[in-house]
Amino acid sequence: MSAIATPPATSRRRAALTPRQVLVEVLKYTALLVLTVTWLFPFYWMFTSAIKDDPQVYTIPPVLVPNPAYWNNFADAWGKNNFNLFAVNSVFLYALPATLLTVMSSAVVAYGFSRVRWPGRDVMFYICLITIMLPWQVTMVPLFITFKSLGWLNSYLPLVIPNAFGSAFFIFMMRQFFMTIPEELADAARIDGAGEFGIYVRVILPLTVPALAVVALFRFLWAWNDFLGPLIYINEQDLYPLALGINRLRANISATGTNALAYPYLMAVSTIVVSPILLLFFMAQRTFIEGISVTGIKG
Amino acid sequence: MQSSRASALPWARLSSRDRRGLITGLLFISPWLIGFLALTIYPLIYSFYVSLTRYDLLRPPVFIGAANYVELFTKDAQFWKVVYNTVFYVIFSVPLSLGFSFLVANLLNARIAGRSFFRAVMYIPAIVPGICTAMVWLFLLNIQYGAINGLLQSFGLPAIPFLSNPDLAKPSLIMVAVWATGNAVVVFLAGLQDVPRSLYEAATVDGANGWQQFRNITIPMSTPVILYNLVIGFIGAFQEFTSAYLIFGVSGGPLNSALLYSPFLYQNAFQYLRMGKASALAWLLFIVVVIGTMMLFRSSARWVYYGGEK
Repeated sequence: MSAIATPPATSRRRAALTPRQVLVEVLKYTALLVLTVTWLFPFYWMFTSAIKDDPQVYTIPPVLVPNPAYWNNFADAWGKNNFNLFAVNSVFLYALPATLLTVMSSAVVAYGFSRVRWPGRDVMFYICLITIMLPWQVTMVPLFITFKSLGWLNSYLPLVIPNAFGSAFFIFMMRQFFMTIPEELADAARIDGAGEFGIYVRVILPLTVPALAVVALFRFLWAWNDFLGPLIYINEQDLYPLALGINRLRANISATGTNALAYPYLMAVSTIVVSPILLLFFMAQRTFIEGISVTGIKG
Repeated sequence: MQSSRASALPWARLSSRDRRGLITGLLFISPWLIGFLALTIYPLIYSFYVSLTRYDLLRPPVFIGAANYVELFTKDAQFWKVVYNTVFYVIFSVPLSLGFSFLVANLLNARIAGRSFFRAVMYIPAIVPGICTAMVWLFLLNIQYGAINGLLQSFGLPAIPFLSNPDLAKPSLIMVAVWATGNAVVVFLAGLQDVPRSLYEAATVDGANGWQQFRNITIPMSTPVILYNLVIGFIGAFQEFTSAYLIFGVSGGPLNSALLYSPFLYQNAFQYLRMGKASALAWLLFIVVVIGTMMLFRSSARWVYYGGEK
């Protein structure tokens, strides 16, 4: 995320435009420009505040272009507040294991819901779909009590292990993909005497790698972004994920009043935590959009 | 391990092929089935039981019947305030986000250059960590040194107490929700791109103007997607936690004016350790969400158009 302005491109039409059409074009791009600036402004403010010093933060009118820019705020904010550890926790204790388990379990379950024919399958699938609507609050307290009695508090087990049982949203997503694969491929393997699981692993799964990537992408993103889960289960600071690290930085500000460089540091850390997601998004924009569209439309 | 559905089927009457299919199918879905029983059904029942008890995690639960519910409805003034706040939030944020994202999706669906860039701009707030955007909004809306008030004041306008005025706390949250509605934009846009061009071409031949085409083609053809986004938005808004909790804290801002249902529930469970009351709250929310969703689906028979499915 860097620049905010986009040049309103001119219309691709070759024919001369009537004044009315010109007006429509101008209105269209004006609206887009206003939207873009408004929508990106919070990110611009996050980034520019990160490289300010305190006088630049507490000035009216607000400083839109920090000068001088304090680039080492990024390294200071990150390093002084233990964020390397939080990043390791976020990725290796939470996001990666959760992603791996989700991909494995959701694919196998979705296969059973789409490519194996069995009586009662569709009823079961609807039950599975309905669970998407179940508010997390309803299971929150009992699961907390259960995980507490298992001694799982202050660990990532309550956030990771449930992924081994598939998640309705991703099962749905994978099922949509499985249904697009022609049956003939499996039939050929069946004639060769392959069992259903063999067909799944050797024939169908290799064809669904792009779909698995969509699931992995979203699951990783959710874990990276998750705030509530760790808030409930993780109390020990050495185990904090990034989200709780940021929350603690914020809490320090409100507890001690605004101490030196409080806002620049908060914004610097936020900028760093946002960046990989932006990078990921721009590298895999199509995958993101397809994932959303598939689940959104064909429901 | 057998599902209730499977045991309800007369095993003897199934053909051997069906039997094999059933076993294979159940084996494939067994991870979900186990999870469904252990992580959904069991907690659901347990939660209802806890809602009938007084339970602080330290001492064993004490059965008190419907006392938690009675207390919420009759003695807890904060509960009604929270219900009001949440309903207010849902009633405004859902239609505003929906209407706004539909309009933006139509704008992006028009003949424009750089569509994927603009789509990315709209979508990004929805995918970055909620805590980061909450932090920046907290900062942007600050009355003393927030950018918005800074800009207003430098134009000689009065500062707006977004976060400290009880009347503005909820609208501030709604504003943040509309800003983060990119998901709906992407879904709407994909839906719009599925509308067959031929419909518009035929309408143009018949002399329909842009507004008439929007009114009579775009909207009816989009109703399934509108329903989808409406249901998702409705369920999500009732459960909103992160932005409300982070921007206004556990107490929910000035005079609890932005204390939404989920942070209230969280507060009761994990700050006051009132697991019984929290579970009662969760069940009430569950019932409201189920009834609301069912009503949306039932109403859809009257306004959702499925004729466009190929």
